[in-house]
Amino acid sequence: MEMPLPDQSILDRREAIFARLRAILPEEAVITDLNETRAYECDALTAYRCPPLAAVLPSNTAEVAAVLALCHAERIPVVPRGSGTSLAGGALPTADCIILGVAKLSDVLEADYENRVIRVQTGRTNLSVTGAVENNGFFYAPDPSSQLACAIAGNIAMNSGGAHCLKYGVTTNNLMGVTMVTMEGEIVQLGGAHLDAAGYDLLGLLCGSEGQLGVVTEATLRILRKPEGARPVLMGFDSNEVAGACVSDIIKAGVLPVAIEFMDRPCIRACEAFAHAGYPDVEALLIVEVEGSEAEIAEQLGKITDIARRHNPVELRESASAAESAAIWKGRKAAFGAMGQINDYMCLDGTIPVNELPYVLRRIGEMSKEFGLDVANVFHAGDGNMHPLILFDANKPGDLETCEAFGAEILKLCVEVGGCLTGEHGVGIEKRDLMLDQYTMADIEIQLDVKDVFDPRWLLNPAKVFPLKTTETRRAA
Amino acid sequence: MRPTSEAELAEAVASAKGPLEIRGGGTRQGLGHAVSGDLLETGGMTGITLYEPGALTIVARAGTPLSEIDAALAAEGQRLPFEPMDHRGLYGTQGEPTIGGVVACNISGPRRIQAGACRDSLIGVRFVDGSGTAIKNGGRVMKNVTGYDLVKLMCGSHGTLGVLSEVSFKVLPKSQATGVVLLEGLGDEDAIAALSIALGSPFDVTGAAHLTEGLDGAPVTMIRVEGFEKSVSYRTAELQKLLAKFGASEVERGPDKTAAGWAHIRDATAFAGQKSDVWRFSVKPGDGPTLGKALRGLGAGNIFYDWGGGLVWALMGEGADARKAMGDLEGHGTLIRASDATRDELGVFMPEAAALRRISEGLRSKFDPRGILNPGRMG
Repeated sequence: MEMPLPDQSILDRREAIFARLRAILPEEAVITDLNETRAYECDALTAYRCPPLAAVLPSNTAEVAAVLALCHAERIPVVPRGSGTSLAGGALPTADCIILGVAKLSDVLEADYENRVIRVQTGRTNLSVTGAVENNGFFYAPDPSSQLACAIAGNIAMNSGGAHCLKYGVTTNNLMGVTMVTMEGEIVQLGGAHLDAAGYDLLGLLCGSEGQLGVVTEATLRILRKPEGARPVLMGFDSNEVAGACVSDIIKAGVLPVAIEFMDRPCIRACEAFAHAGYPDVEALLIVEVEGSEAEIAEQLGKITDIARRHNPVELRESASAAESAAIWKGRKAAFGAMGQINDYMCLDGTIPVNELPYVLRRIGEMSKEFGLDVANVFHAGDGNMHPLILFDANKPGDLETCEAFGAEILKLCVEVGGCLTGEHGVGIEKRDLMLDQYTMADIEIQLDVKDVFDPRWLLNPAKVFPLKTTETRRAA
Repeated sequence: MRPTSEAELAEAVASAKGPLEIRGGGTRQGLGHAVSGDLLETGGMTGITLYEPGALTIVARAGTPLSEIDAALAAEGQRLPFEPMDHRGLYGTQGEPTIGGVVACNISGPRRIQAGACRDSLIGVRFVDGSGTAIKNGGRVMKNVTGYDLVKLMCGSHGTLGVLSEVSFKVLPKSQATGVVLLEGLGDEDAIAALSIALGSPFDVTGAAHLTEGLDGAPVTMIRVEGFEKSVSYRTAELQKLLAKFGASEVERGPDKTAAGWAHIRDATAFAGQKSDVWRFSVKPGDGPTLGKALRGLGAGNIFYDWGGGLVWALMGEGADARKAMGDLEGHGTLIRASDATRDELGVFMPEAAALRRISEGLRSKFDPRGILNPGRMG
């Protein structure tokens, strides 16, 4: 992936810039030593690396505003960073940029159970938001796989999802308000503990804008009371088509599970070898989870297993205990780690209409042969969000490029059948150059216009989301 | 002008010589400031273009009557999750609301607290901007983070950023059964406390309202659960136990009665056909009673609460500035129904903070550089 060349005039001013940063931040909050800035050279898309000019770690909103105002005045690009778990390269630096990390902003500001909201600083990790309220029986619903490490700031920037969003929605559906700092250093409030803020839905626009419109330092999030219980059922089928049809029938029957996860044979085998979850060796495996009281769970699972039986499952395993539930989830939750054990892999994130599932899986299988690289599929089937994992060998010359070309073809296929390039990971640099496969230039142009309004100098995370050639004149201005 | 396709719509906007007043079904023209301009009707662009029940997705042209969408979904046992309000009673208007109008005004109802607003179910839009360019954003899949979310921006922008030509939604299964727990005679504070307990329970409440004057004149607090038959019975019973300290409660299970009760809340039916002004406030639910008290201090005729206390509807004397009741409370108030003069004087929508106003104006100047789309509608 191409990145813009660094601005030499910024590199030449580096010492002066460091001095100005140290004048507005505590000494330890400004990181300029190459040995330390290297820690910020990439996110979870590790194939691309570049140490930033400096990294800063402000401790409050006022410090964030001071940094942004300075960078705006000095025309220095800023790459905001949550925990650096982006799979799309959303936090990849350039050599002339300042990484603005929110890691020190991790406090809970207010947990309000009466109004069912929590206010946090955005460096707080996703899981620790739930951690702050679970003793009172509440939880924060969006649950990306990286939830142990990923920060709310990054969740907001990428509009992160998770396994349970079929029922609870993604970040944008659970975000009620933010404190945002504009690139010019102005602090603004959007929304709050009330619903549907006045005026244009700027909160909705901000969520998923990949750190290009502003830096969010505080967030008001909706919290929900935990359900009385939850239980999964595991089903194995001897074809992807039948498993896909079963998913569609479950949804049509009026049951709304909280999660429907799908794994294909290569993924099942890898997970089994890694996690020993006791999965059957089948072509396709579904994990369907429902929530409620014991009786409600039994009623819903009864309907679901009735539907599954009509599709002649090879295996149908209803959990009868907490231990069995954990076993059913164990392999799925280990999927990415399992794949990482056997190979380097690239994780895609295209979404397709659920009814296109069998066709898309068949096409991916054919392409896998054409490109000579194996693919394992694991995804959120209820909402059509696929996660094909393409296996490659990073040490083999040309393999990464072949993998990227294969990935691009899969994403184009997703768009072709009526879906999109990314369901929850974001565009970053990874899918930047495919944007024109999904959108016309007019569709892109109006998005660039939006960025002009928030960041007229194009300094916030400027080389992401849009093909570089479409933003070139704006970035150079 | 009444284009019948997006291409005709684009042509109509591109060739417009002056301001355009955009109209769907015309049933909510009172929501926002009056616009003077050539009439541009979207009612000629109709039809469901895609409905995939197994994928919970429906796509329709913006001028499609809402009733047609509702009927198509009902035939498959599904529905729009957000329970959009029907403004015809309140405004005394005729005609058929369009799906585009629902989106343009981000219209939701009681289920908003559980299933989200119109903006939460909306997954894709096509629209024509003020230069006459056709633009797409989002699509027909429910998880999509490809580029900026202009879907949300368009929803609730009252036609000032573009004219919608097509909209896509994530839909949900219709519930098999409904149960409503009813508590009678509570004061506002107790009622909102009860709603808060219900909403903080694991029983998945989909409606939480308090009428200070029920049909028989006495206050009634309403808590709705929906789902499969046995589950509804179980959860209403659990809620009754949980709320025992607020006095005796009843459970209404009749489908017609429960539907009528929530339509009454959704459409602010109690305020229909009266001369007074109608205000609608969105606040933190726990602040509802404080606001209610202040509104009474300003002479409110009748008040009721939805969204667990976070949505406060008030009937006020003509020309009274009910926003004064907000004091320091977080949230905002909208003047839903009043004379043109009152709406101009008090502003239909709450004025934005200076920084946000600059952003909004900046967006408007990009989406509609000539300022011809519903100019002044949002104030």
